[in-house]
Amino acid sequence: MANSALPVADATTPADNIVTRLRSWYLRSEAVRGFSLLSPTMLLMLLMLAMPLGVLFTLSFWEQEYLDFIKTFSLKNYTAFFEKRIYSKILIKSIGISSMVTLATVLLAYPMAYFIAFRVKRNKLVWLILITVPFWTSYLLRVFAWKIMLGYNGVINSGLKGLGLISEPLEFLLYNPTSVVITLAHAWAAFAILPIYVSLEKIDRSLLEAARDLGENAFMTFLRVTLPLSMPGVIAASLLVFIPTVGDYVTPALVGGPTGIMIGNIIQSMFGKAQNWPLGAALSVISMLTVTLLVCLFLWLSHIFKKHIA
Amino acid sequence: MAYAARRRFDGFTIYAVAYLVFIYLPVLFLPLFSFNSSRYIAFPLKEFTLQWYEEMLNNPSLIEALLNSVKIGVAVAIASTLMGTLAAKAVTRYRIPGRGPLIGVIMVPLVIPEIIMGIALLIVLNLGGIDLSLVTVALGHMLLCVPFSMLVMISRMEGFDKNMEEAARDLGENSWGAFWRVTFPLVLPGIVASLLLTFTISFDEFILAFFLSSTDVTLPVFIWSSLRFPRKIPAILALGATILVVSFVVVTFAEWFRRRGVHVKTDTGV
Repeated sequence: MANSALPVADATTPADNIVTRLRSWYLRSEAVRGFSLLSPTMLLMLLMLAMPLGVLFTLSFWEQEYLDFIKTFSLKNYTAFFEKRIYSKILIKSIGISSMVTLATVLLAYPMAYFIAFRVKRNKLVWLILITVPFWTSYLLRVFAWKIMLGYNGVINSGLKGLGLISEPLEFLLYNPTSVVITLAHAWAAFAILPIYVSLEKIDRSLLEAARDLGENAFMTFLRVTLPLSMPGVIAASLLVFIPTVGDYVTPALVGGPTGIMIGNIIQSMFGKAQNWPLGAALSVISMLTVTLLVCLFLWLSHIFKKHIA
Repeated sequence: MAYAARRRFDGFTIYAVAYLVFIYLPVLFLPLFSFNSSRYIAFPLKEFTLQWYEEMLNNPSLIEALLNSVKIGVAVAIASTLMGTLAAKAVTRYRIPGRGPLIGVIMVPLVIPEIIMGIALLIVLNLGGIDLSLVTVALGHMLLCVPFSMLVMISRMEGFDKNMEEAARDLGENSWGAFWRVTFPLVLPGIVASLLLTFTISFDEFILAFFLSSTDVTLPVFIWSSLRFPRKIPAILALGATILVVSFVVVTFAEWFRRRGVHVKTDTGV
């Protein structure tokens, strides 16, 4: 297409000359071609990401008055966060729940990923598909499945009752932080296995043999070679689980009960029943900053850990 | 290595099987109870029935929500794969300044909790006086899907040799011919993978859809509103079982297609 347009350069009008020059400049400059290919995506990110986040930040300094906003700068929403202990308590609890979920998910996933990477010789793909099949049904239904499992008249209670092991349903199974942790650890399992598996699979097998030849036993080989080399996968898995679960409100709403409430539920209610968008925006900003800080801290610590062990 | 592996095979295999039970057990109760004739989800099971599947098919608002989700999914998959492919080509083919930070910015939606993106978009639409509709849901989904598409396409494009395209040009193809006969077949498996991945993400996405939809809802939003009514739950279980089976077929096909692509690539490489 470009080639067929080139003979036009022979025409002598100045307008054509400019077009030709622009065209050859465009074709020659890699940066310009690259940026023009990137421009639709960058436009999307600008309009749908940067601008909304900026507006969210601005709104967090406004106030709600009935259905209208008072558009003057005010720190009221932020002082409310620090004065009313309930918000900070729930944020801390959410971070605690998400940390437990992350820890449980990664610890449970690691041996499984290790098994597929090192023990399965053929049909690795079959195992990977087996791992991901349960995650192809709707997220909501995966969470709801745990309500069926743990509920007052749920699978576990009605099953145990049927077997004559209990006479009254166990009430501690559902509607508490533990049920939230179990449900989330299940719902995000595949997100932990896959990155860990990829990083284990990438490890050069001759390094492991070298460690063994140099006299390390299997456990020390794992600790000093396999584990440090798989850290990128562990870190990716931790972030992939931690970041979305902090803001989740589906799981706490379905299986959390009053004690299992998380910050996402509070933020959501500010945009629903409570109808206080600026406060909701401020809570979002605070949560996002807290999560970002924690993630940076985590990355820094894992960097130190990696240096220390290597 | 091999005999050592066999010796310790047992412990790991037991763990792997236990793990599979953990991830399968809750999910398999959905299809199990979808064939149970009692409206209450509890043991012991009553009789086998297909009535919930019938109820599911005879629910017009469910079908409408399903069609909405399919419409949004298809539109989002095509648009975000197009954008993701162009963006991936930009960062893999051309030396552009600030490549790392640019990719970083595009990946930001993957590390922001969805609820925050949802409310941020809701605020902007509200202040801008734009009514919520399926279009706003689709735009929200694009934000999530473009980064995924770009990741898939980058990993696909980094694999093959830039020189092949140039060779085609040298052998007399014009740029369109070189693209169509060399580049396109090579990136096709990536495009298919990206289309399926982005469709799946959009189809299952709940949080953004919850904030950005109005009266026309997507399937997850419909499911969410039905979960509050015990009466409606069996039909939702039937729906969940159906989605599970359909996605099993689709993902198996996709994986088969991707594998085929990988083999084609190694064949041409050798």
